[in-house]
Amino acid sequence: MATPPRATQQIFEPWTDPDAKPYVRIEKVTKKFGDFFAVDDVTLDIYQKEIFCLLGASGCGKTTLLRILAGFERPSSGRIFIDGVDMTAIPPYERPVNMMFQSYAVFPHMTVEQNVAFGLKQEGLDKAEIARRVGDMLDLVKLGPFARRKSHQLSGGQRQRVALARALVKKPKLLLLDEPLAALDRKLREHTQFELINIQETLGVTFVVVTHDQEEAMTLSSRVGLMNHGEILQVGTPSEIYEYPNSRFVAEFIGSVNTFEGKLIDDEPSFVRIESAELESTIFVDHGVSSAPGATVWAAIRPEKIQISRDKPVIADNWGSGIVRDIAYMGDVSIYLIKLDSGKVVRVTQPNAYRHADDRITWDERVYLHWHASSPIVVTR
Amino acid sequence: MTGRLRRWVPTGRTLVTSVPYLWLLLFFLVPFVIVLKISFSESAIAMPPYEPLFHWASDKLLQVRLNLDNFAFLVEDNLYWRAYLNSILVAGVSTLLCLLIGYPMAYAMARTSASTRNLLLLLAVLPFFTSFLLRVYAWIGLLKNNGLVNNALLAMGVIDTPIQMLQTDFAVYVGMVYSYLPFMILPLYANLEKMDLTLLEAAGDLGCRPWQSFLKITLPLSLPGIIAGCLLVFIPAVGEFVIPSLLGDPGMLMIGKVLWTEFFNNRDWPVASAVAIALLLFLVLPIMYLDHAQNEAAGDGDGEPN
Repeated sequence: MATPPRATQQIFEPWTDPDAKPYVRIEKVTKKFGDFFAVDDVTLDIYQKEIFCLLGASGCGKTTLLRILAGFERPSSGRIFIDGVDMTAIPPYERPVNMMFQSYAVFPHMTVEQNVAFGLKQEGLDKAEIARRVGDMLDLVKLGPFARRKSHQLSGGQRQRVALARALVKKPKLLLLDEPLAALDRKLREHTQFELINIQETLGVTFVVVTHDQEEAMTLSSRVGLMNHGEILQVGTPSEIYEYPNSRFVAEFIGSVNTFEGKLIDDEPSFVRIESAELESTIFVDHGVSSAPGATVWAAIRPEKIQISRDKPVIADNWGSGIVRDIAYMGDVSIYLIKLDSGKVVRVTQPNAYRHADDRITWDERVYLHWHASSPIVVTR
Repeated sequence: MTGRLRRWVPTGRTLVTSVPYLWLLLFFLVPFVIVLKISFSESAIAMPPYEPLFHWASDKLLQVRLNLDNFAFLVEDNLYWRAYLNSILVAGVSTLLCLLIGYPMAYAMARTSASTRNLLLLLAVLPFFTSFLLRVYAWIGLLKNNGLVNNALLAMGVIDTPIQMLQTDFAVYVGMVYSYLPFMILPLYANLEKMDLTLLEAAGDLGCRPWQSFLKITLPLSLPGIIAGCLLVFIPAVGEFVIPSLLGDPGMLMIGKVLWTEFFNNRDWPVASAVAIALLLFLVLPIMYLDHAQNEAAGDGDGEPN
């Protein structure tokens, strides 16, 4: 292909391109276990080379959806397409899809090498080819020195890499990762996250990752699909999901948020004003909202987008006052829990930009909160 | 002072482990030594019917007479050889049959729902609630010429004359497999039940059809269960005496029967003891080797810096 060289790095956002063909297409997939809807009418397009995270609490149906993609579960209705081919009725052993299991499922009676070679032997490749690909893959995941060890002689992180290598060596069209980092300790997890991204970029395989850890989803993914009760609530890039949640549930699931319940008193295309019984002032938001007149809405404000001061801000909207009830010093930031006069507790985080701050706001002080008109997000459900 | 005392006061751990050791010492090692002692003595018409091994010739002279004749006799008379070999053959075939029948049963048990599983487990051990002897007798009633099986076949018109089943090798195998099957099923079930099923999903994911997953994952991982089950069936089956004498051809040579005859009919305790000792060696030595080989395999590559 003769694409002209670009001055700036092209941003990878195939989902914004209306001509882009989805690589994985989940079409109205429902999975019922008895009367229980594990996956409820999910439609989702995933593009080639994406790292797509299915995020949700346990029991939200994300693992079931992953297992449907792998072929371990048949959907009760709906269809799955991978690279344009209908995979709905194809058994797992014939799908161009590989999975990294949460428990890693490293075969205990085989060495690292044999584990990685397992899938290739199954394909009936010749020995030299297998040896070459296994060697390359072990180098990529830095397991070369452990090739002859068995599972019980490996650490958790090494086992995780065996599982990854074993799945990737098959050059799958789609790699499914079920809680890939859940079993690793914090330091190793952070390191492995970036390693995963590097490997994904090197090989260009499309990843679908299931996780309950929002931080993991934010760092890994190109896009996140937030699931609850078998439904996908919102799909978007990590920043879209964080900054523009489409519901209270999404806002509260990702990060922490303060929500003020209220009613629209001004409803213009370019701004709205909300009156809330929980706040002294009105909330002014610099964008329009589509909502039925008189309906209850919620203004969601992230803790880091609120400022604290001792002096009353001289603005008409977007402020409140209360007493500092609790302070949690986290090192990089401090979290303040402030009880407003209405009784509502607001969470505010402030960076600890200066090492010596004698004049820090402390317990039981009366403080004022204020925020910018672009900070609140108005959600209607 | 206290340190020295403590060395002599057993800890809870040694007390607990000493119980099985004491048990084995009392009920296995001591009888074994007695049998070993008898096997080296000479038969005599006395009570007990053998010459003592140790003999005070005079006040200060202790004579030990080791009689190797009994073992030489075992080698010279090919009856014993044939009995040993036949026993091993019968036990081997029975073990194989138990494995072939027991493996699918254990597999099915391990893969059903938890409630069904407990019921099946109960059914598998249910025969133990009746006396072993009674159960073998029951097979006589089933297999004899005017027994249940022949009568049923005659009534259905499948056969015209009864099939001679009792007092054949067939009946012995039926009895053996029937009696020892639970010993095969239980260790296999215990092994298969604790297997991680995601390993099979992983194999399927990597391109294995279900039968390939079975051969490459389930079967090798259940090897410890197979070995345990086979030993539990094979070892008692080699020395089995009741089943061949009740169901088998009276002329069938089995070492358990030979042992019985030597001991009770011939009252030749030394030869009977020699037969028992030789049988023990026949069985224990290969098992020790197997155990050793297994440990080697398990420790394969342990601690290799590589």
